[in-house]
Amino acid sequence: MTLDVTPAARALPQTADNHLLAAAGDGTRVALRGIVKDYGPTRVLHGVDLDIAPGEFVSLLGPSGCGKTTALRVISGLEDATAGTVSFGGTDVSRTPTNKRDIGMVFQAYSLFPHLRVRDNVAFGLRRRRVDARAARRRAGEALELVGLDHLADRYPHQLSGGQQQRVALARALVTEPRVLLLDEPLSALDAKVRVQLRDEIRRIQLRLGTTTVFVTHDQEEALAVSDRIAVMDAGRIEQIGSPEELYLRPATPRVAAFIGLSSSVPGVAAGGTATVWGTDVPLQSDVPDGEVDVLLRPEHVHLVGAGSGVGAVVEESMFLGSIRRSLVRTDDGSLVRLQHAADERLQFGERVRIAVRPVPVVATPRQTR
Amino acid sequence: MTRSPLAPSRATRWTIGILVGAVFAVPFAATLLFTLTAADGSLTLDRWTALFDPARAAAYVPVWAGLVNSLVLAVVTVAIVLVVLAPTMVLVALRYPALRRVFEFFALLPITIPAIVLVVGLAPIYLAIGRTFGTGTWSLAFAYGIVVLPFAYRSIQASIDAVDLRTLAEAARTLGASWPAVLIRVIAPNLRQGLLAASLMTVAVVLGEFTIASLLNRQVLQTGLVLVNKQDAWASAIFTLLALAFAFVLLLIIGRAGRVGAGRKTS
Repeated sequence: MTLDVTPAARALPQTADNHLLAAAGDGTRVALRGIVKDYGPTRVLHGVDLDIAPGEFVSLLGPSGCGKTTALRVISGLEDATAGTVSFGGTDVSRTPTNKRDIGMVFQAYSLFPHLRVRDNVAFGLRRRRVDARAARRRAGEALELVGLDHLADRYPHQLSGGQQQRVALARALVTEPRVLLLDEPLSALDAKVRVQLRDEIRRIQLRLGTTTVFVTHDQEEALAVSDRIAVMDAGRIEQIGSPEELYLRPATPRVAAFIGLSSSVPGVAAGGTATVWGTDVPLQSDVPDGEVDVLLRPEHVHLVGAGSGVGAVVEESMFLGSIRRSLVRTDDGSLVRLQHAADERLQFGERVRIAVRPVPVVATPRQTR
Repeated sequence: MTRSPLAPSRATRWTIGILVGAVFAVPFAATLLFTLTAADGSLTLDRWTALFDPARAAAYVPVWAGLVNSLVLAVVTVAIVLVVLAPTMVLVALRYPALRRVFEFFALLPITIPAIVLVVGLAPIYLAIGRTFGTGTWSLAFAYGIVVLPFAYRSIQASIDAVDLRTLAEAARTLGASWPAVLIRVIAPNLRQGLLAASLMTVAVVLGEFTIASLLNRQVLQTGLVLVNKQDAWASAIFTLLALAFAFVLLLIIGRAGRVGAGRKTS
């Protein structure tokens, strides 16, 4: 059993000694226009448009089967789009085969070549570009240095841990200085601690190299932590694209609100751009017809209040999370609500409390019959 | 290792082992003894040395000529397996996984068809082959390519199933490898064991084939042995022993290749 010994915040090598860091550029603009993908009679992408600025880190986030991996594979050329175009730096590459697209890709499954040593795995892309053997070995060594594994260059892939293998795969994808880096859930096979470590490291290296990056994940926390922008996908469409803050604070649709961060759905009454929830008026950020609505609340939108205001509720659970405490309560009108409050307010199971909503903008949908 | 309570006792296992071993060893030993026994009953190596006696060389021409033909056939058949069968199997695995069952059925089919039945179908085809490729013995490799299909298919498929061929191929593509480079630099090295086993198996089958060659009037090792046997039973016995020993060595190499590969994966 091999252990990952890389410290959480390893210093990157000095720029001058490292070919890759020295060659860091501005990245390439990537654009998808009306991408449609059919598998037989099934349409998995319904006209996806996406513009990625040079050097930007964009995540495709969504539940499994939403088309995010297919979209990435269309960018890579591993799948042909049924309709629509992909362009890199303004040039249409839709008809360019994968091996001529000048991309780097890290896969979910371990994809190192089992018959080659780590160094030769990393040098593979350089050798295919006719870089001579000595230069390729040197540059492979530098790319391995970038991911902190230069000491394992002579090992075979099966002698590495999962996290190490994915690091090598990252070095292998970056060593050719690709125009676009594509990451297809590269962290999902790793255990939690290694996952966070490698996630942060991918972001630090990407910022230093300035490589335009598309990251596919189903883990919203992962996407929120590292992305410049996130495209939330559902059923073959992009529901919303924006910075992590935008998506969290101003979700365009209830589906996005439900997918990003924790939220509770409670009844309210909408009238003229505000909704009334438990006697408090809150501004609405989405257009919704006046009348009965379901309002989506973040845990931090809800707070504990004294007698005489808000709504009564019974505590169902309360979790200590270090600096804060997060509790689940059932209101007297029957809704389950998550709220976040100070850690020293130790709510007990079954305890009666009163809660109210803070007057911050929220998202609502017309009331569904339950 | 713990023994299952249902496993036979040590004595039973030895008895079975010796009996089965004897079935193979007795004819082998008898043949060896036969070639070493002189007319007066004494043991001699004369029969073996006579094989290389220039004065008697003419008698053994069919065997040597057949051996050369068989070796050429083995090379051509191995080439068919490596250049036609293996890439087709890779293509099926990567692009048309739905076809795998059908392909497997047809690949295994020849094992169920007796050689003599094959020849009935092959004879008219060989009339056409004779017109386009000539009647050289090497053209038998087309028929042998079919005969070895089941053996070669199983060996190669086992290797294909052992690796994630699709991810490896896709990774190589994204790194800038052309399809020939993917095949030669990534897929072939990872199927090495299967390709080696398939090749050795093919050699063994080709060297042992008699029916098709005989019925299509081609001279190969086995037909040569039969011919010599009619004049000199001892020589034919010696050649048979040599052929068996050669096949045995081939099987040993197949076994070793498998173990070496497995050892590298688990170390």
